[in-house]
Amino acid sequence: MPNMSPKKNEMPAQAPDIRNKNFKEVALGYTKEMAIDEANRCLNCKNKPCVSGCPVNIDIPAFIQKVCAEDFDGAYDIISTSSSLPAVCGRVCPQERQCESKCVRGIKGEPVGIGRLERFVADWHNEHSTAEAKKPEPNGHKVAIIGAGPAGLTCAGDLAKMGYEVTVFEALHLAGGVLVYGIPEFRLPKDIVQKEIDGLKALGVTICTNTVIGRTITVDELFEQGYEALFIGSGAGLPRFMGINGENLKGVYSANEFLTRTNLMKAYKEDSDTPIQHAKNVAVVGGGNVAMDAARCAKRLGAENVYIVYRRGEEEMPARKEEVEHAKEEGIIFKTLNNPTEILGDEHKFVTGMKCVEMELGEPDESGRRSPVEKADSEFVLEVDSVIMAIGTSPNPLIRNTTKGLETNRRGCFVADENGMTSREGVFAGGDAVTGAATVILAMGAGKTAAKAMDEYIKNK
Amino acid sequence: MYRIVRKKVLNPTVTLMDIDAPMVAAKAEPGQFIILRVDENGERIPLTVADYDREKGTVTIIFQIVGSTTEKLNHKNEGEFIQDFVGPLGTPTHIDGLKKVAVVGGGVGCAIAYPVAKKLHENGCEVHAIAGFRNKDLVILEDEFKAASDKLIMMTDDGSYGTEGRVTDALKELIEGGEQYDEVIAIGPLIMMKFVCALTKEYGVKTTVSMNPIMIDGTGMCGGCRLTVGGETKFACVDGPDFDGHLVDFDEAMERAAMYRDFERHKHEETCNLFNKEV
Repeated sequence: MPNMSPKKNEMPAQAPDIRNKNFKEVALGYTKEMAIDEANRCLNCKNKPCVSGCPVNIDIPAFIQKVCAEDFDGAYDIISTSSSLPAVCGRVCPQERQCESKCVRGIKGEPVGIGRLERFVADWHNEHSTAEAKKPEPNGHKVAIIGAGPAGLTCAGDLAKMGYEVTVFEALHLAGGVLVYGIPEFRLPKDIVQKEIDGLKALGVTICTNTVIGRTITVDELFEQGYEALFIGSGAGLPRFMGINGENLKGVYSANEFLTRTNLMKAYKEDSDTPIQHAKNVAVVGGGNVAMDAARCAKRLGAENVYIVYRRGEEEMPARKEEVEHAKEEGIIFKTLNNPTEILGDEHKFVTGMKCVEMELGEPDESGRRSPVEKADSEFVLEVDSVIMAIGTSPNPLIRNTTKGLETNRRGCFVADENGMTSREGVFAGGDAVTGAATVILAMGAGKTAAKAMDEYIKNK
Repeated sequence: MYRIVRKKVLNPTVTLMDIDAPMVAAKAEPGQFIILRVDENGERIPLTVADYDREKGTVTIIFQIVGSTTEKLNHKNEGEFIQDFVGPLGTPTHIDGLKKVAVVGGGVGCAIAYPVAKKLHENGCEVHAIAGFRNKDLVILEDEFKAASDKLIMMTDDGSYGTEGRVTDALKELIEGGEQYDEVIAIGPLIMMKFVCALTKEYGVKTTVSMNPIMIDGTGMCGGCRLTVGGETKFACVDGPDFDGHLVDFDEAMERAAMYRDFERHKHEETCNLFNKEV
């Protein structure tokens, strides 16, 4: 008999006024009992609407039935046939807009906590499983992956499982891409990312860090070295600024820089050699997950007041609902319908404030969201000593500038077909490098699709 | 891990190291830089390539001991390893078509000016080199510059070696004396580059400078290295590090370079204390 409770089992979490002072994980994860209870809310529908909401098509009801039966290893096996990074996705996927949005239980109450169950299963596996990864039989073909982020790692994992000799090239000193430089420790502990990467290594994947494609080696040279196909998952790494006065003052960061200093370089730890400003009052400009991450990091670094400044309303915010809620609980102040016009500084060029105007919502724009319009005479100054710009990123030009025959669009994204194939033979691409800034799971989906297409391409060559 | 093949103390505060990094050595060109991390908790710091040996697979770096990271790096010895070494980054210095160039180096900036002078000289360009230092004890790379130039003027602030005065004094004398340069390439402290540019602007001589702002990734990801050039924001790591000196906002660059001064001073003291304890 299914559990007919209209509500999800709540996720145990650190109390807001405690967690906003540390970098430990916020959500603590279901216990075994909670997981089984939650799994029993699943009706095991025949037509599985949830699966259609998953970018990598995990057989969700099947793994949940295994959880009901307390067969957690079995559940893990089902998830891992479709997802290379289950412990990551269980934490960072926007489930409310994907699988859970299609859940039948969501019609008359809350959907099944699919993300929370996925996380439980993956964590259980990482903690209890002793099964050694089986190295697949080599098929004698060599492929290269550019970028060790979610798209690249997924593509690498799938190709390795098919028997390919896979080398992943990463520009930074650590593999993981946005999972290590962008998403903070309190949302995605780095040892979880490391475990997933160790899993790939156990499959035989080689990871070359400190290698910048386009500088250290070019795409052409990779082909000369015998790689038969390439996947570019180099992400959308170039930060955008608003182009307003004062953006080069000291205390203005791109979210990328602020988060990289905090997460990758561990600037929040005493023994890190990387400096970061410990500001008192911080404005984070933007309304996405990156803005929430930056705001919550700033709070944890000791800021008294952290503002989210966003030109549209809260409804229009692209961030996951859970992140917005967590941020609010932690004391982040939301200043929606406000738009910065200038950043002000003192004689030493340190930030002293940010001039903003109030906005109101007008007609819907091409994105379907109501576009903000400036209110007359509404200018005011927000007193802050740091401003973090989290208004998006665009793809890095290094590869497109050093590779012939790779078509890009006007935003600088690689043009790829539905299988990830680019305009150049043997070169595939996916993730933010193709779509512009999007989500971890979409990048993983693209990596997965491309792996299949690369396999077909090499087999038919 | 990257092995230190050779270490040479150039003066009390400046050290040279050859690092075993064949992939970087294969591609490096004058004007480009690398990013290194000394150890696991280390920060990423950019250093401009001072030389490279494609056959041996080594890249030469020359650094001034100014903070915690360079202090730690300086405590590493031949045969030991540094954690990370990535490059070559940035765009190489444009030297094609130049027939006569004045290369101006200031202090440890001479380490970056030298490979540029060498490459120009190898390409048959007439090179006038001006190397400036605070005093005699800090002089580096004199023989190297001599071999890579048609004329070398050594300057010290206190006159303890070469001619007393600033590099701008020497450059002004050359230009006033009738030397006509296709370009001046100036590499050194921001304040020196600022004054060189002020001078060459007067005489209408095109001037290239090499900027070395605070950065993290060196590939365009963080934007920390941004500076204003001709009223536009540029990223030194991908758009530079070379820029038209007459367009660079040096005052802003100097302010930005001082962003973490207190932190750096504190960290440096901490590191020094640590090493002193070990001794």
